[in-house]
Amino acid sequence: MSLAVMTRSRPATRRVLPGFGLTMGITLLYVTLIILLPVLAMVLKTTELGWAEYWRQISQPRAIATYQITLTAALAATVFNALFGLLLAWVLVRYEFPGKRLLDMLVDFPFALPTAVAGLALVTVLGRNGWIGQFLEPLGIQFAFALPGVIMAMAFTSLPFVVRSVQPVLEDLGPEFEEAAASLGATRWQTFSRVIWPQITPAFLSGSVLCFARSMSEFGAIVFIAGNLPFRTEVTSLLVFIRLEEYNYGAAAALASVLLAVAFITLFLTNILQAWQVRYADRSR
Amino acid sequence: MQTVAVNPTAPRKHKRSGAEIGLIGLALLGAVVMLGVPISVIFVYAFRAGIEVYLANILEPNTLHAIGLTVMTALIVVPINIVFGVAAAWLVTRFRFPGRKLLTTIIDIPFSVSPIVAGVIYLFLYGAQGLFGPLLADLGIRIMFTPIAIVLVSMFVTAPFVARELIPLMQTQGSEDEEAALSLGAKGFQTFWYVTLPNIRWALLYGAVLCNARVMGEFGAVSVVSGAIRGRTNTLPLQIELLFNDLNVTGAFAAASTLTVIALLTMLVKVALESRRVHR
Repeated sequence: MSLAVMTRSRPATRRVLPGFGLTMGITLLYVTLIILLPVLAMVLKTTELGWAEYWRQISQPRAIATYQITLTAALAATVFNALFGLLLAWVLVRYEFPGKRLLDMLVDFPFALPTAVAGLALVTVLGRNGWIGQFLEPLGIQFAFALPGVIMAMAFTSLPFVVRSVQPVLEDLGPEFEEAAASLGATRWQTFSRVIWPQITPAFLSGSVLCFARSMSEFGAIVFIAGNLPFRTEVTSLLVFIRLEEYNYGAAAALASVLLAVAFITLFLTNILQAWQVRYADRSR
Repeated sequence: MQTVAVNPTAPRKHKRSGAEIGLIGLALLGAVVMLGVPISVIFVYAFRAGIEVYLANILEPNTLHAIGLTVMTALIVVPINIVFGVAAAWLVTRFRFPGRKLLTTIIDIPFSVSPIVAGVIYLFLYGAQGLFGPLLADLGIRIMFTPIAIVLVSMFVTAPFVARELIPLMQTQGSEDEEAALSLGAKGFQTFWYVTLPNIRWALLYGAVLCNARVMGEFGAVSVVSGAIRGRTNTLPLQIELLFNDLNVTGAFAAASTLTVIALLTMLVKVALESRRVHR
C-alpha cells in the first residue's frame, strides 16, 4: 500500500513531541538530495532536447515497437498473475493442505530474489536444453529469446502483488458472508459474483495495477531471457540501456522520460485505488 | 474467475470436494513451476560440478571482489536508510504539517520508478553530460562509474523500504506512550530509545532486511552507473551477468547461489517476525 494512503485521516496531534526540526531536517535533506534532485536533473536534460527532437526520439519506429512489446507482455503477465494470484490467495485463505505454510512463504520469493538471478534461473529452465524448455522445444514453443520469455520474466518478478493484496481482504471477509449467502439460496457463482467479488475488487485492482507497473519497468530478468532482438523482444527499459551504451544520451533521456511518466501515472492510479479500498473497508465495517 | 467460484463455505473437517482438490492442485502445480523449479535450478547448477568447483568459483578474485563491493555497499546504505526511515516515519506519524501527504508520495517515488530510470537520472545529475558534470569535472571529482555512484543509486532505490514498514505501525500505535514518557520527565532521545524503539524494533528489522536484500540484488540501476569494470565496480548481480555472457554458467550460478541464500534468509526473517507479532 502506498504511503500517501496509509497516512490519511488521523487525529491531529499538537506538537507536544520533540524532534520536529530534526526529523524534518533529515527527511527533507534526504528527499531533496537523493530523490528530487536527480529527477529534476533528468527533466532538465529532456527539456534541453527541444520539443521537435524529443518527439522524434520517442516516436522512432524502434521506440514504438518497444512500447508495443512492453505493453503486450506486461498485459499478458498481469492477466496471468491476476488469475494465478487470485487462485493462490483463495487457496491460501480458504483451504488447509500439506505444504501450505511453505507455499505462503514462497510467494514472497520473487520480491526477495535479485532480478538478475531470476533471469538467469528462468533462461536456464526455459532454454532449449532446460528442465522445462526441452519439452516445449519439440512442440514449437520457444521461451528464450522470444516474447513468451519476456512475459515469463515479468510474471515471475511481479507474482506476489495480487496475492498479497487480495489475501488480507479475503481473511477479513471470513466464511460467514458466504455461508449467509449460501443459506439464503445463492448458487456458488452468485455467492462469488455478488458477495465476494465486490469486496475484493478494490484490492484485486490495486494489486493488478502494481503488477502491471512492475512489469512495465522490469529490466534485470528480461535482459537474460530476451536476447536483445529489436522489434521482437526489446522492451523500453532495454532500449534506454542500449542508447546509453551508444552514448546517445538525448535518446536515452527522452525514452527514460516516457518510463518516468508511466511510473508517475501508476503511482497516482494506485493512490486513488488504495484510497477507494480504504473507504470501502471503512464502510463495510 | 470461474475457477474460484466454488466451495464458498470454508471447509475445515469435511471431505474435500472435487473442486477444492482441483484448485489446490492447480495452485501447487503453478507454484512448483513458477517458484520451485527456478529455486532448485540455481542450487543444482551451482553445485553440479561438485563442491570444490563451487568454492573455486566463489573464490575467483573478480567474484570475490564483487561480493566485497556488494557487502560494503549494503553496510553503507542500510544504516543510512534506517536513519532516514525512522526520521521520516517519526515526522509523518507524529506531526501534522502542510505538505505531509505530498512528502509521503515523494518518498514512494523510487518504488514505482524503473531501475533503469533510477540509473539514468543519476547519470544526468553526476555524469559528464549531467547537471553537475561540468562542476565536478572542474573540481576533479569523479562520481559516475565509481562505488560512490553505486551507493547513491542504491540509496535511491531503497529509500521507501524502512519508512514503508514503520509508518503504518507507528500510525496505529499512536503517540500516547511517548507522551506519557515525556510527561514523566524523559528527555526526547530517552523517549525514543526506551519507548519508541522497543515498540517498532521488529518492523524496523524487517524493513532493514528488505532494504538489504534489495541493495545486494539491485541490477538495472547499478548497471547504468557502475560502468561494470571487472574487479573494480562490478557488484555481485553484474558479475552474474558477466559470467553468464562469458558462457561460464556454473560460475554464474555459484555467484547467484549466494544471493539466493540471502533471499531465502530474508523470507525466513519475515516468517519469524510475523509469528512473533502474532504471539505478542
